[in-house]
Amino acid sequence: MYETKYHRASSADEASSLLGSAEDGKLIAGGQTLIPTMKQRLAAPSDLVDIGAIGAMNGIAVEGGQVTIGACTTHAQVATDAVLQSACPAICDLASTIGDPAVRHKGTIGGSIANNDPAADYPAAMIALSAQIHTNKRTIGSSYFFVGLFETALEEDEIITSVTFSAPARAAYAKYANPASRYAMAGVFVAKMSDGSAHVGITGAGSDGVFSHPGMEAALASNWSADAISGESVAAEDMLSDIHADAAYRANLVKVMAGRAVSAAGYSKAPNN
Amino acid sequence: MSTVEMTVNGKQVSADVEDRTLLSAFLRENLNLTGTHIGCDTSQCGACVVHVDGKAVKSCTMLAAQASGSEVTTIEGLANGGELHPVQTAFKENHGLQCGFCTPGMIMTAVDMINRHGGANLDEKTIRQELEGNICRCTGYHNIVRSIETAAKELA
Repeated sequence: MYETKYHRASSADEASSLLGSAEDGKLIAGGQTLIPTMKQRLAAPSDLVDIGAIGAMNGIAVEGGQVTIGACTTHAQVATDAVLQSACPAICDLASTIGDPAVRHKGTIGGSIANNDPAADYPAAMIALSAQIHTNKRTIGSSYFFVGLFETALEEDEIITSVTFSAPARAAYAKYANPASRYAMAGVFVAKMSDGSAHVGITGAGSDGVFSHPGMEAALASNWSADAISGESVAAEDMLSDIHADAAYRANLVKVMAGRAVSAAGYSKAPNN
Repeated sequence: MSTVEMTVNGKQVSADVEDRTLLSAFLRENLNLTGTHIGCDTSQCGACVVHVDGKAVKSCTMLAAQASGSEVTTIEGLANGGELHPVQTAFKENHGLQCGFCTPGMIMTAVDMINRHGGANLDEKTIRQELEGNICRCTGYHNIVRSIETAAKELA
């Protein structure tokens, strides 16, 4: 790892100003992607601004069917939170499949979506849940937030503070994990909202990162079943292709995972749904 | 350089280190606690697992500066004087180690999983899932799982 200067921020505003005054600064929360990247010398920030200890950016709240998750909330917290288990168990299931137990103790939801790795799990949920991404400057809808591979709508010194979404009526996440790396080769988050609309977020497969599938969404809104999406097509030319899975294989995998997610989606246990 | 201060195995420690110093390097090189092993350096193998504020983390994937102010427990801090921790005893009795390189991380991960799930609730399937981030290249998993099952029952 190249030399760097470490700063610990106590608020998002302080972090933003530290980042603004750094030559080439980066935020660090859990660091479970950034530190391995720095160790490989693929990243060499002049300064690291640690936001992991900012209490106001950590925690989960559910009020009137609205879920708020602080940006520095770890995957382990999301996976095991009792209130969230009741309001949206699908996102708890998703968090429990990220990395391994030690990684889940450090890695954060804000870090995952800010990095926008095309194989990360959370972006699929953010798309399917039509989440709002709150920053120290503004609120960005998830459909505008994820721009492309490792690219988001965030500006240079903009910091995600939390995400919010309405608890779905039913939802599930199905992932086909690479047998070695365990990253998603295709991961599909499906959500049916109480207004009857259906949303599908797909990660791991798209050559431009996470995406939604309007055809599947329309089919599922009128008929919530795996059969309803069997006639939908996924364009192979838009898929990633590598030694693990070529584009045609991934396109099929998306449909298979979408079907499994729809079949697995149970109703939320929360009384307000 | 930054001054980092933390409690390691119950003792207050302090040192001036480069900001890029990993927690694993701080433990091994500044404190001579070489029981924490570095197996892969790519955050995959889990030989470096320690507990920070009661939670298992990979000490090669955390800066010492991030751990400043925290309580850290390493494999050296598990035993009570000459009396091994029940998980250590179970690994010894069930031949849960061959070369021993992965063992410190396996044991720190095992203690963490027993803490979280409770000894009574830890079945073989859960243990195997929980060991996803710990690699044993002697392929001694069978006896590692058996060791953790034995310790879990002991601690239930």
